Amino acid sequence: MDNELAIVARGLRKAYGKNVAVAGVDLEVRRGEVFALLGPNGAGKTTTVEILEGYRRRDAGEVSVLDSDPAAPAADWRNRIGIVLQGVGEFDELSVSELVHHFAGFYADADDPEKVIARVGLAGKARARTHTLSGGQKRRLDVALGIIGRPELLFLDEPTTGFDPEARREFWQLIRDLAAAGTTIVLTTHYLDEAEALADRVGVIAGGRLIEVAAPEQLGNRQQAHATVSWRTPEGLIESTESATPTELVTELAARFGGEVPGLTVTRPTLEDIYLQMIGHR
Amino acid sequence: MTTTLKPATAARAGSHQLGPLALALRQGRLELTQFLRSRESVVFTMGFPIIMILIFAAVFDGEIAPGVSFPQYFITGMIAAGLMTVSFQNLGIWIPIERDRGVLKRYRGTPMPKWVYFAGKVIMVVVVGVVETALLLAVSVAAFDLQLPGTATKWLTFGWVSVLGITACTLCGIAISSLARTARSGSAVVTPVALILQFTSGVFFVFTQLPSWMQQVAALFPLKWMCQGLRSVFLPDTFAGQEPGGSYELGRVALVLAAWCVIGLLLCLGTFRWTTRRDG
Ligand SMILES: Nc1ncnc2c1ncn2[C@@H]1O[C@H](COP(=O)(O)OP(=O)(O)OP(=O)(O)O)[C@@H](O)[C@H]1O
Ligand SMILES: [Mg+2]
Repeated sequence: MDNELAIVARGLRKAYGKNVAVAGVDLEVRRGEVFALLGPNGAGKTTTVEILEGYRRRDAGEVSVLDSDPAAPAADWRNRIGIVLQGVGEFDELSVSELVHHFAGFYADADDPEKVIARVGLAGKARARTHTLSGGQKRRLDVALGIIGRPELLFLDEPTTGFDPEARREFWQLIRDLAAAGTTIVLTTHYLDEAEALADRVGVIAGGRLIEVAAPEQLGNRQQAHATVSWRTPEGLIESTESATPTELVTELAARFGGEVPGLTVTRPTLEDIYLQMIGHR
Repeated sequence: MTTTLKPATAARAGSHQLGPLALALRQGRLELTQFLRSRESVVFTMGFPIIMILIFAAVFDGEIAPGVSFPQYFITGMIAAGLMTVSFQNLGIWIPIERDRGVLKRYRGTPMPKWVYFAGKVIMVVVVGVVETALLLAVSVAAFDLQLPGTATKWLTFGWVSVLGITACTLCGIAISSLARTARSGSAVVTPVALILQFTSGVFFVFTQLPSWMQQVAALFPLKWMCQGLRSVFLPDTFAGQEPGGSYELGRVALVLAAWCVIGLLLCLGTFRWTTRRDG
């Protein structure tokens, strides 16, 4: 418990035959933090996360997750982590309630199954067989099974795939509540708004390398990035300029137009712009 | 959305972890529930030996030896084949499906001890095996006057041969499940093995009428010994002379079946896979 870091990985490597999926990743996740891994398809997110979860063997590197090596964890280690996999495991013949209750029995200190079912928004489906659930509902069940053990550290691999917008908002709130209660959370996602909304820090992974780790608002020096100022000229043309000092430029424009600047916009690159630039330039 | 979640880092109150027995029984109940709800497997697993014995009884209605009717002989093969279907085929087909669906991967992500999964399968197999055998016997008694064992010793033999046999077949079924790479290949792996063993072990033919090399090959596997042990239960002692060894060789039955339990267990422990190849 003295260790401030929930996860430490150094020089993590994993290859499938000749295909190097993870090529030397160094990663630290602090206790109580929400850490998002962002990266294009095939970047190595699932491979990295599943090594941390103890599912896959690494070829090289050192890993410590809650002070254990996931390849040979301490006895109660699995009691302390929760896992939501990218691929789902289907128990077709059972109902939501039966499954959540059954899994609760595996943990030393499980949460109340009914409460967890309600919390993921499946209360109305508690008696339904799992094979009758929709894609998004199945995903909620995965989340329920991931948190039923009241984990200290929760892994979620693309948890919101298939969620409708409302479900996604509800899920975000769930993650915020878990984080507020002290749970360390590692999630992968393709949604930049999700990373921005939830994560204390974002790690961008591409081609098996972690190319940057930063708070979402600082990613890719986003705060220092030039703003784009555009306006309409008296001839009706749109003119735009990149500027490090947009306020100065706008003041100058206001003076030039003697008041309102027609069609004025000031934009900074979105996280998405920065992200696409980052993974495009590897 | 009014519910709250308990803080994960709150001092972990006294552990409520279930004991091994409770874990195993819960897992067994879950497996049974899943089995009973997949109606096809219930009908086929339970129905197969009954339909087979009814066909046999309808086709052959003479006597094999004085006082030994055909059905009285073949009931032993049907019981043994039924136990093998419940355990070996059932698990050899079902576990690859669970592995493919990610069910096993999901179990591995929880604190559930690995053995609990196997214990759950064993409990399910034993319960289904007992019910299926009881049904088979009840139908046979009603339909063609099957003679049930008359002495306590015979019932005892019936018990231990069945338990050892079903244990060996369960362990072998779990072990062979790791050969199938996908959900679909499970039955392709298991069905031929089961059929060949059934044809060569005296399930469908009178064992001593098989070529002797075939008898010797069959004697390497458990099914032949299960049938032989059960013949000692359902056939008169005078029939023992017609066995290949001149007696029912119960000592050897116990030895071979126990050996297969050990082999099966070692194979399970050494080769069981919780994830598919594509799970890295
Ligand atoms: N079991 C496997 N066997 C062989 N190659 C694999 C396996 N799993 C992943 N790979 C390869 O490793 C690389 C990284 O895959 P990984 O699944 O970690 O990516 P990802 O970042 O999770 O992608 P996605 O966003 O699509 O989920 C890919 O090139 C993939 O083809
Ligand atoms: Mg992935």
